Amino acid sequence: MTAPALEVTGLNKRFGGLPATKDVSFHVMAGERRLIIGPNGAGKTTMFNLVTGDLNADSGSVKLFGQELLGMPTQDRVHLGLARTYQILTLFPRETLVHNVVLALLGLQTLRWNPWTALTGHRHVYDAAHEALAMVGLAESAERIVLETSYGERRRLELAMALAQKPKLLMLDEPLAGLSQGERQTVRELLDKIPRDVTIVMIEHDMDTALSFAERITVLHYGEVIVEGTRAEVVADPRTREVYLGD
Amino acid sequence: MQWQFWIIQTLNSVAFGGLLFLLSSGFSLIFGLMRIPNLAHGAFFMLGTYFGYTLLQKGLHFWPAALLGGIGVGLLGIALERFILRKLSGNEQGQVLVTLGVSFIIADICLLVWTGDPMPLAAPQSLRRPLLFAGFAFPTYRLVVLGIALVAAVGLYLLMERTRLGAMIRAGVDDMEMARGVGIPVSRLFTTVFLLGATLAGIGGVLGGPILTAYPGLDADMLPLALIVVILGGAGSLLGAFVGSFVVGFLYNFGIALAPDLAYFVLFFPMVLVLVFLPQGLFGRVQI
Repeated sequence: MTAPALEVTGLNKRFGGLPATKDVSFHVMAGERRLIIGPNGAGKTTMFNLVTGDLNADSGSVKLFGQELLGMPTQDRVHLGLARTYQILTLFPRETLVHNVVLALLGLQTLRWNPWTALTGHRHVYDAAHEALAMVGLAESAERIVLETSYGERRRLELAMALAQKPKLLMLDEPLAGLSQGERQTVRELLDKIPRDVTIVMIEHDMDTALSFAERITVLHYGEVIVEGTRAEVVADPRTREVYLGD
Repeated sequence: MQWQFWIIQTLNSVAFGGLLFLLSSGFSLIFGLMRIPNLAHGAFFMLGTYFGYTLLQKGLHFWPAALLGGIGVGLLGIALERFILRKLSGNEQGQVLVTLGVSFIIADICLLVWTGDPMPLAAPQSLRRPLLFAGFAFPTYRLVVLGIALVAAVGLYLLMERTRLGAMIRAGVDDMEMARGVGIPVSRLFTTVFLLGATLAGIGGVLGGPILTAYPGLDADMLPLALIVVILGGAGSLLGAFVGSFVVGFLYNFGIALAPDLAYFVLFFPMVLVLVFLPQGLFGRVQI
């Protein structure tokens, strides 16, 4: 039996006296589309940060295709095939769009420390960056500075940067947040086009889009997993309605 | 006041600005990337001057001495970053205090090894004679120092703007967490930038030796100037360090010559104005 793409076991994190995640355990199989939901403050983004290494866990285990990630620096996790987008847009704002994607690709390069290697000498990196931008419909905007682009374009750029790294596991933190109806549709179509060899774990508050996208759903509340199952199981569960759907 | 005064002061100012650039470019990059002022940077400069003095005493030629002095200080910079600052990762206040402590330790060691007497470094023989032009004598060595600083500026510009390493350093200065998030090994960038900054400070120290001489307290005289340069120009900005160095070079030299009683006011007042009205500096990305 193959190892799950992501296996989280007994994950704990406290901020002072406040437990942000309490013994969180779940696993996501390869190719799966998993949705993480829960009210504000449920610990969703904290859990993402623990998986990606942006925060250090107090205890527990996080495995990517069977390999333990805890204790590993963020950049090493990226090299293993973990990519993420952020709830609050995080980009290199003064660089061009294509240069942002190039930086994401450089982060994966092995020949990192020859200071005399000219950027322009690596045509394939630029080609790959342009390809990633084209994938999210930003080919025409490649040379624009990020600061000059719209919020929706930045969301798509963030997605392009993550996809350019050809991740095995893609973690999307509210990829539809702040987008107009039309932009949501565009991003949703982009997500649908991501091949199945990329496993996706997504936090999203747009329930209509999120529920139709995900195959399985994990509900967090006060840092704990309270429900997990298929769409139908989770929606039907009274605990979900109680804490999240306001029933 | 004779016009020769203005020419000489201008030349002194640009030569001093060049020296300041060698000191403050690395200081600025470290500040921009690691978000901490390396308060041992002035001590790195002074140590470079003393290393240069000793190497010249041993009979080495000036230019190899400058290079070796820079490498020696660069190695010390690596040791400071890898074995001390890295252990304090995430504790920026602790890191700043440690660099201050290291600067005191270096100053004491210099006093122990080289005593408290000022030690002038001799400029290369071929550059000691003034350059005569239009009936005016220019100090050749200072012109060469200025030329070296300009070459260093161009080299650093090319490194930062045209190479993969430079692109990653700029990404780290822009947003360190994001750089980590896309897989850039930021901790290795810290070491590289520390090596680069300390080496430049060391080379600057040797080159500054014939102008400033080696003496206890040179570190404390130079560090505030580097701080002003970075605050004026903006942390992490090479262009800021370049412009700031020459602005401070002019303010320092003309301040001392024209209003010695107000020299520090002339120097620090623009810094206060920038901090109040433009906290990120003239060209900075990181808010100080």
